[in-house]
Amino acid sequence: MATYLIKRVFSVIPVMLVVAVIVFMMLRLTPGDPAAIIAGDAATSQDIAQIRDKLGLEEPLIAQFGIWIGNMLTGDFGDSFYYKRTVSSMIADRVGPTLALATFTIFLACIVAVPLGTIAAYKQGSWLDRTVMGMSVVGFSVPVFVIGYIMIYIFAVKLDWFPVQGYQPISDGIGGFIYRLIMPSMALSVIFIALIARMTRTSVLEVLNEDYIRTARAKGLAESKVMTRHALRNAAVPIVTVIGFAVAILIGGVVVTESVFVIPGLGTLTLDAIQGRDYPTVQALIMLFSVVYVLINLFIDVIYTILDPRIRY
Amino acid sequence: MTTEAIQTDLTEETEARSRPSAWSRLSQNLSARIGGGLLLLIALIGLFASFLTTLDPTEINPSNRLKSPGHEASIRDDEGKKHKVTAHMGTDSLGRDIYSRVVYGSRISLVVGIAVALISVLAGTLIGLVAGYFRWVDAIVMRIMDGLMAIPAILLAISLVSLSGASLFAVIFAISIPEIPRVVRLVRSIVLTIREEPYVEAAISVGTPTPKILWRHVLPNTISPLIVQGTFICGSAILLEAILSFLGVGIPPETPTWGNIMAEGRDFFQIHPHAIFFPAIFLSLTVLAINMLGDGMRDTLDPRMDRNI
Amino acid sequence: MAKISKSENSENVLEINDLTVRLPKGADRENAIMDVSITIGRGEIVCIVGESGSGKSVTAQTVMGLNPPDQLSPTAGSVHLNDESILGVSQDRLRQLRGERMAMIFQEPMTALNPVMTVGDQIEEMLEIHTTFSASERREKVLEVMEDVNLPDPKKMADSYPHQLSGGQRQRIMIAIALALEPGLLIADEPTTALDVTTQAQILDLIKDIQVRHGTAVMFITHDFGVVAEIADRVVVMRNGRVVEQGTVDHVLSKSKEPYTRMLISSVPSLTPPKREPIIKGDPILQTRALDKIYGSLGLFGKGRVVHAASQVELEVRRGETLGVVGESGSGKSTVARCIVRLVDPNGGEILIDGNNIAGLSQKGIRSFRKDVQIVFQDPYRSLNPRRTVGQSIVEGPMNFNVGKVEALERARELMRVVGLSPDALDRFPHQFSGGQRQRICIARALAMEPEILIADEAVSALDVSVQAQVLELLDQVRKDFDLAVLFITHDLRVAAQICDRIMVMKLGEVVEQGPTASVYADPQHEYTKLLLDAAPGRDVDFSGAASI
Repeated sequence: MATYLIKRVFSVIPVMLVVAVIVFMMLRLTPGDPAAIIAGDAATSQDIAQIRDKLGLEEPLIAQFGIWIGNMLTGDFGDSFYYKRTVSSMIADRVGPTLALATFTIFLACIVAVPLGTIAAYKQGSWLDRTVMGMSVVGFSVPVFVIGYIMIYIFAVKLDWFPVQGYQPISDGIGGFIYRLIMPSMALSVIFIALIARMTRTSVLEVLNEDYIRTARAKGLAESKVMTRHALRNAAVPIVTVIGFAVAILIGGVVVTESVFVIPGLGTLTLDAIQGRDYPTVQALIMLFSVVYVLINLFIDVIYTILDPRIRY
Repeated sequence: MTTEAIQTDLTEETEARSRPSAWSRLSQNLSARIGGGLLLLIALIGLFASFLTTLDPTEINPSNRLKSPGHEASIRDDEGKKHKVTAHMGTDSLGRDIYSRVVYGSRISLVVGIAVALISVLAGTLIGLVAGYFRWVDAIVMRIMDGLMAIPAILLAISLVSLSGASLFAVIFAISIPEIPRVVRLVRSIVLTIREEPYVEAAISVGTPTPKILWRHVLPNTISPLIVQGTFICGSAILLEAILSFLGVGIPPETPTWGNIMAEGRDFFQIHPHAIFFPAIFLSLTVLAINMLGDGMRDTLDPRMDRNI
Repeated sequence: MAKISKSENSENVLEINDLTVRLPKGADRENAIMDVSITIGRGEIVCIVGESGSGKSVTAQTVMGLNPPDQLSPTAGSVHLNDESILGVSQDRLRQLRGERMAMIFQEPMTALNPVMTVGDQIEEMLEIHTTFSASERREKVLEVMEDVNLPDPKKMADSYPHQLSGGQRQRIMIAIALALEPGLLIADEPTTALDVTTQAQILDLIKDIQVRHGTAVMFITHDFGVVAEIADRVVVMRNGRVVEQGTVDHVLSKSKEPYTRMLISSVPSLTPPKREPIIKGDPILQTRALDKIYGSLGLFGKGRVVHAASQVELEVRRGETLGVVGESGSGKSTVARCIVRLVDPNGGEILIDGNNIAGLSQKGIRSFRKDVQIVFQDPYRSLNPRRTVGQSIVEGPMNFNVGKVEALERARELMRVVGLSPDALDRFPHQFSGGQRQRICIARALAMEPEILIADEAVSALDVSVQAQVLELLDQVRKDFDLAVLFITHDLRVAAQICDRIMVMKLGEVVEQGPTASVYADPQHEYTKLLLDAAPGRDVDFSGAASI
């Protein structure tokens, strides 16, 4: 058990190394002087020389990579020449809204999707199953910004129930904070509800064909308990896996949703940085998002060992 | 044992159950029929865009800015004559005809979807086959794929486009890269399962060389799942292209794409929602059609496979 | 204790009368079972025997009410449990009866137990459903029934998960669950088929013992006449959904006049090896010396799991000779076969084919020896590529070695005749053939390479007994006709007795005994061999007219 966990924790290193190489190489493979690109259009030649020095651009590529990684490991993500601030301070400012939106969304998706998928599987082939599955295809197909705008149009513009856009930090009152998060997280959760409901249905269906379900029925167990105690418990591993994968989609969705609802989070920061060609910020954000993805999936692997006693190695 | 006994064995439950062909099963599937029909319609719209429109989708007309759907405008043709035309879906803030832009936009979407599906499936299959069959390649390739998958697709695509400059090719390339690892994982997992099959072991023991084993015994098993997977990739590529354009980091804004039309309409959304809703309907229907077709194909071609995400 | 059956005025615990269950549309026949009548009395063990597709499992599941209602619905007849008609009874009543009055155990104890629940909890669940016991009373009862099925250290084992137990222990847990409430009827659906022969013997003893102690009526479903001889009071023979014959075990096994029953029984290979012509001495064509295969690695921290699948295995086979490799699961018998075909790479030792060591050769170097060694696998449904015609599969090998297509096809046609199939069937696909026919095709594919050595890795284990006898005869025939050295790997001592000149017994990767078949069976030297022979079900019964081939 402990060996497995240690191994699993160490397995994060090569993945993150690959991510770092990709992010690092993206800028170096682009034609032109990386220092000039980083410095942006408004930079003076002193600025550029200073960046060249800091990035060690005179050194061989591998040494540059080492310097870059070393800086990041010590918490130095570089400076944004666009905003004239350190990247880490900007990220710290913007992380709150994104975290709130993402947590809300996943929570909402799970409490809706898991019961829906389970019922659909239990009533396989019924109108209820077909409706859930039909809705889930639609949920997959309509992009989050379209859902966002439809909701804004109906609930904000026409009905005036919610503010059109904007965000309020939790420090300004929890009521307003939740109130303004409802629409964005509902819009963003649609695709996850579709995804998780589908996966729940598939894995529950698969489990329902297992011999131990027959055993449970042969014991005379009531159907509701067959479903919760035996089927859902065994179907949990693939469902949790899907939630892990969904984190990648969630991060992308956050970028779009923040843009639609004008939320000052990491997503809008990313877009601003891209448009302002503020590469140190872009690099740091990609690294950060990837670390989050990898760590969440690491956490999920740890959950597996609790969900399924067979997983040990 | 008598010859009679052999006869019993020969006649014993010979399951000559002729399964209906994949195509006929697919054409029976409701989801595939609806999706396929809808997709065909959208493809025809894209193909015959020039016959369906009266206005140049890129022509700017400052006197016709932000008109509602059904607005009648007059334009001059090359010979200087005035024509009355109807802007079925209104006009945008530069006075361009949204209807024409939406119709032409279907071309870009379909081209991006199909190109990304082909590129990522071909590249992913090649890498996946090699990774699944040669263990030392596998370790390296899969670490790279894990790394690529750890970077959220939208961010990877945005950065790639932003670094290589906004163009159709850059967008296709940038969307294909994050899709490849998914195909690699799918193909690799099939290869790993199939190579344990006794019939593959039998082929090894009759001396069939590895490339032939891959081609003859392994590759055919990947075709159905890949067609299904390719369809889903096509759908998500169209979605991703629209998102990139919508965020202003995709194909150049003058090109008529659904994402660009919506991006342009954002600022005036509260008064003129049609600039967003019309392309949104087309975009959603197209992706829905593709996903329904993909679902139908998965159910008929490859019932065991689940949506590979 | 739980509510014991209220009235047992009838001697018959279960009465099935003229039961017919319909198959869904599009199946190969209309009814899964038809006009089936079976009665089982208190304290009686009734075996239902039949080959695959005979309807024996459907019968059992209908009694339990476990068939999917939309697919298998009873259309005629009745089922009475303790005089209560249970065919049309409500789901609630049925749930109550399951566990209290009737219980079932299944073939695969691994998959029949919930993998994420401790076995103690799974036994306890039965009490939770049907009794008003407190938690501590339940726990006590759990330990009591675990002791009843002879599980060691129940306190500790109750907290284990199924994957931590052995196959035999899991089946004991299943029996403990089934018997927790002392139901009047126990239905056992091939409960020992997935187990090793020594474990099977223990489980059979346990079922007999419990049945005697508790007076339980047992419906025991099996395809194995050895098991029937071991356990049955009465026997019901089924074929294609109908009861062919029923009677006492003595009557059915030795005095039956039914041709089908007689055919089935005569197909059971005898445990007494027939006389075989001695093999003319010659140099062995296949030899292994100190063959070693280790699976797994020690890992980074030296804590990895290592399985010594084969250690220091020495064997030799001459032309025209069959060497049987016998052992239970995990004995390493298949590993040896796979090493010789070089589907896995051995870790040490030598594999000599006609004197040439192929153990260390690369995949390229091995290629010229591929022709000499061919293998037939266990699973006839997965051994042929479903997308390729039978002809394509047979000619693949020869064409790899530059035989022309026309010549290869001609050879394939000839071989189809040799294995008793029509040469015209070459352009058909595998799914158009039965299991036995597919095994014949696999033999033809192997022969097409004109090998010196043929390895049969459990090649007849997945086949019904009547088909098994035919394929065995074919294997022996091709050995003679083509002067092959045959390495015959099996877990089945009866099959081995019939076809092998010499026998090698393996246990946990090591060879424990080796010798001529007749002497090993008559006078086993090693303790383990004795154990195996003792455990063979029905060893004392002489299946009259035993198929000596």
